[in-house]
Order: sequence, then C-alpha cells, then structure tokens
Amino acid sequence: MLDWFNAHPHLVDSLIESVKAIVVLLVTVVVAAWMIWLERRLLGLWQDRYGPNRVGPFGLGQVIADMIKIFFKEDWIPPFVDKLTFIVAPAIAMGLMLLMFALVPVTPTWGVAHINVGLLVFLALAGLEVYAVMLGGWASNSKYSLLGGLRVTAQTVSYEVFMGISLMGIVMLAGSFDLRHIVEYQAANGWNIIPQFFGFCAFVTAAIAVVHRTPFDLPEAESELAAGFHTEYSGMKFGMFFVGEYVGIVLVSAITTVLFFGGWSGPGVESHAWLAFPWFAFKCLCFMSGFILLRASLPRPRYDQMMAAGWKVCLPLSLINLLGTAAVVVAGAHGA
Amino acid sequence: MTFFFYLAAAVAVISTLFVIFGRNPVHALLNLVVSLLAVAGLFFMLGAPFAGALEVIVYAGAIMVLFVFVVMMLNLGKEIEDQERRWLTPKVWFAPAVLSVLLLGGLLDVLLTGGQTHAAATTTIDAKQVGVHLFGPYLLAVELGSMLLLAALVAAYHLGRHD
Amino acid sequence: MPGYLPPEKRSPLQQLGDILWGVYTQLRTIVMIFSHTFRKRDVIPYPEVKPYMPPRYRGRIVLTRDPDGDERCVACNLCAVACPVGCISLQKTERPEDGRWYPEWFRINFSRCIFCGLCEEACPTTAIQLTPDYELAEYKRQSLVYEKEDLLISGTGKYPDYNFYRVAGMSIEGKPKGAAEKESAPVDIKSLLP
Repeated sequence: MLDWFNAHPHLVDSLIESVKAIVVLLVTVVVAAWMIWLERRLLGLWQDRYGPNRVGPFGLGQVIADMIKIFFKEDWIPPFVDKLTFIVAPAIAMGLMLLMFALVPVTPTWGVAHINVGLLVFLALAGLEVYAVMLGGWASNSKYSLLGGLRVTAQTVSYEVFMGISLMGIVMLAGSFDLRHIVEYQAANGWNIIPQFFGFCAFVTAAIAVVHRTPFDLPEAESELAAGFHTEYSGMKFGMFFVGEYVGIVLVSAITTVLFFGGWSGPGVESHAWLAFPWFAFKCLCFMSGFILLRASLPRPRYDQMMAAGWKVCLPLSLINLLGTAAVVVAGAHGA
Repeated sequence: MTFFFYLAAAVAVISTLFVIFGRNPVHALLNLVVSLLAVAGLFFMLGAPFAGALEVIVYAGAIMVLFVFVVMMLNLGKEIEDQERRWLTPKVWFAPAVLSVLLLGGLLDVLLTGGQTHAAATTTIDAKQVGVHLFGPYLLAVELGSMLLLAALVAAYHLGRHD
Repeated sequence: MPGYLPPEKRSPLQQLGDILWGVYTQLRTIVMIFSHTFRKRDVIPYPEVKPYMPPRYRGRIVLTRDPDGDERCVACNLCAVACPVGCISLQKTERPEDGRWYPEWFRINFSRCIFCGLCEEACPTTAIQLTPDYELAEYKRQSLVYEKEDLLISGTGKYPDYNFYRVAGMSIEGKPKGAAEKESAPVDIKSLLP
C-alpha cells in the first residue's frame, strides 16, 4: 500500500488537493447555512429583540431544524413552468457560487484552485451567475417571476461593468490577476484599502448588487413582486436559491478580504503560520456582519435610483480611481 | 488533458447542433451559452486563459445575457415552436449542411494529416503578455478600436437622450 | 419647497453635494442602527420571563365564591344577555334546603369569548370575574368550552368582603326579611303603631 503511494506521488498530491477542495466547499456550505442563523441573530440585536434562541445553545440548532424542514417539504413543480430550465436554475445559482469560492486563497497552503487569471475567472463566473436568477424568473412563467428576472438582469449587467473596473486598480498595483499574488503584495506593501479606497467603495456596492442582497434586493422585492424570481419555487429548489444567496455573501466577504484587506495576512502570521486562517475568518466575519448591518439599516432604493447610482456615481468613481491609480503606477515606474 | 480537450470540443459541437435544431428560442440560446463556455474551456486548455476568461465575461456573461433578456420578453410560446417546425424543412438546411460538411472535411484533413502544432498550443500566454503585445506591436489597432468604441458610445448616448 | 430644483436641473456642483449628502445620511443611518448593539432589548424571552399583568387585566373568566364559601352566582342570566358574542350559557336551579338560587350548569365557550368584560360589569353579585391569566391555548377546540367545575374557584376574587345574600333583601334559610346589612325590618302593615 505504502509502496503504491510512494510510487505515485503525483496521484497522491492530486488526491490531497481533492480532499482539500471538498473540505473547503463543505465548510463554505456549512458557514453559509450558519450565516442564516447569524443574520437572524444580528438583525434581532439591531432591532432590539433576540432572534432565534430556542433550538440548541443560542439557537444554533435552528439551521439544522430549518434544513430538516426544507428537505421534507414537497418539491412542487407547477404545471405551467418550463420544466428543464426550472430545475436547472437553482442548481446554477448554488453551483456557480461554490465554484467561485474555489478561487479564494484561504491561507498560504489552502485554497482549491490556483489560476493565473483568478480575478478574471471570478468576474466571468459572477457574470454567469445572472443566468440562474434570469432563467428561474423566465421558467416560472409568472409575471412576478419574470419581472424579477428582468430586474436582476439589468441590475447585474449594469453593476458588473464597474465591478470589473473598480478591481483593475488592484491589478495594476499588484501587477497580477492572481489572487495569491495580490494577497502577497498586500502582505508586503500594506492593505489595498488605503490606496484603493474609492475602488473599495465601488466594489462593495457592485458586489452587493450582483448578489442582489438588501438594499439592492429589487429582484425579490417582497412588497412589489411577491418574492420575485423565486415566487414559484418551493422545497429544496427554493432552499438552493436561498443557500446560494448566503454563499454569495460569504463569497463577497471573502473576496473583499482577499482583495482589499490583505487576505490571510495580519500581525503574527509570519512567526505563527497557524494564525493565517483565524485572521482570514475574522476578517470575513466582520464583512459578513457588515453586510447584515447594511440590510438592517438601509431601505431599498427605487429602481431608477439604483440604476442612476450605478451609472452616474459608481462608474465615474471607479473610472477616476482607475485613472488615478494608473497615473501613480506610471509615475512610480518612471521615478524608480 | 487531451481527453478533456476533445470532451469540451464535442460539447461545443453538439450544443451548437442543438442551437440550430432547437425549436424553443430560449433553449437554443442556452445551448449557445453552453457552446461558448465549451469554447472558453478550449481556450483555457490551449494555454490562453486570458482569452478564455474574456470569452466567458464578454460573450456568455454580457452579450448572451442581453439576447436572453430580449427573447424572454417576447413571450414566445407554443405557436413559435410549431412555426419553427414548419420552417426547418430539409430544403432549407440541406445547402448549409453540405457547406458545413465541406468545411468539416477540410478540418479533418488538416487534423488527420498531422498539421504542424502551432507554438501557441504548447505555451501558456498569460494576461501580462497579452497586454504587452496589445500596447506594443498592436498599439495602433488598439487605439483605432478604442476610437471606434468611443464613437459608438457617444452615438448611443446621443440616441438615448430624452430631449 | 421654495427654491427646490429637480436633480437634473441642478448645477454639477450641487449634484456632487447631493451625492455627498446622500452618502452622509446613509452612513449616519448605519451608525445609528449599529448603536442599537448596546441598547436594551424591547422584548422579553416570554415563557421563562412573564410580563407584568395588572390585576384588572381581562383574561380567563372565573366564577367566585362569597366569603362563606358558597357560590356567588345566582343564575340571573344577566351575563349571558350582556355577552356580545353569546358565549355564556347557564341553567338556573334552586337549593331545596335554603332556597338559594344557583346555576345547575354554567358553560363559557372560550373559543368565542372576546374578553370584553361586559359579563363582569353586568353581574349583580360579582360572581363572574375576569383574571390576568391569558394562557388559554389548547390543542382541541372542544377543550376551550369550560364547564362550571372548570370555572368555579375557591376564593372571592377581586371583592373579598362582598356577600350578595348578606346585603340583598331576598330571604333565604337562616336570613329572613329585614336581616340583611343596613336593611330595616319589614313594615308590619297590619299594625297601627308607627
């Protein structure tokens, strides 16, 4: 047995990498599910109430109870839907979100994929994510769902434009699309949040809009569209949309941490390598809580206001940020 | 790697066939998206990850989204599928099919006679090299292209004005 | 508003100011909401911590007894008449030994009751009273129909000293006419003495 392992080091390596990938994805899903609990507790805290505190210690078992409930719910496919698309849409929603998490460098040694153009692949997958909601809305064959689908399409396509542009400043500074290089650059030269503050503002706005999370949850605005694109969904298919949304928040937090807040780097990481993951997790947790705080405090804008904010404020902001960064980089290159 | 290359190629070809013979317009567009994704996968495996990522971002992520967006709103139903069925007669697809078979023959000829491997297929071209080439030897083309895009942008803005 | 211009007619500088003002107000909202982290909660974890209920809270209805331990209800039916939803029903009967009236059976359907307290106001003997108990949930609707033995309590409720037969003029065994509190003896109409 051991001889075989020694004889095939390449296979063993890929086996270890696969196990690591599965662990990362499982942890992501569990964290996303646990995030539902976190959100409800924090919303409770900020609204001067308790939130779920009955099932298990601090209500932590609520997630398990909800999971069991949603697994046993009837998985109803309405007769008027476009069946294939209806079934595929939630799978795309959750699958793409998890696929994007494969790009995140968690610690110096952990992380699923190491792609040279990681940031571009992230943007590409974020661009594909819109299909899930769009197809879900179209396949449901109901007016609320379709309106939700139309809204999410226009919203995501608009906000993705400057999401990419706002990240290019970082790419210029670090000189690479590789997320690991970006983290290492920040570990050496300080976090990107300081030189790229405007890029950070634009990116966070765009990221919230792309994962259509409150305050940019117009595709599923309850007061206007019933439940938007997932009006006709129930059971585990709804659950996949739901968990996909929370994976999206975890993902956006992780990406923001990696791009702007130095990823795993932090005081003491050089001397104690095990501190890398706690730092990363702590930063992610701060951002996750921050997104919940946004949900707790900000009302939903009107649709034209949201579009105006994207095209007239955030796009110019990210373009100016890009130009300024380019000028600084060129000046630095010539000065040196 | 070779296996995955041919797998992606087969996916691209088959989904494109579905695009042509599919009757439901939205399904046809989705098959086109799958085809584009498969082609992007081919780019990745050929060592051009930058081109692959751009293919996904621009074609699958933006252009096809707008296609689906428009088709979604047209409320195409059963009668459109019947119409497609009536229109797609052998008389219509025979001539294009023959031309495609001729092209396929040419392609197979090149493949089977072992057309020499291009250097691009063996080395990885990363984003930095693409950028260096775009703003080095091809600077004029890039500038012309950007002028064209700027003109289109200004025109679109002018057309979209309310007053 | 005087001097108000729609956003598209304002100067670019003003629009920039609007954007900055908007950003400021949004950030202010976020900070204000965050300050609630350190605020006291408005709710209580109910089954463990019970809220304070004032004594006059209108909850579950009971039938009380007078200080002697006899039931106060004289089966006058006023509560049943006063009840706007008609959830009270009872049957009058008489105790043979002393002639006191009492309900043979007394039934309140709590799935109908709206806890308005009109029965309590109508009751001449303070027999029917509302209590601060509000935990009336049941698994079966029929369990909400309370019979007399469910309603009758051993105490006097909110009026500890009141005893109807001691103040009312009705004669019963052991208390003839004129023997009630503050009641003068009946006039002997056959006598000529003042």
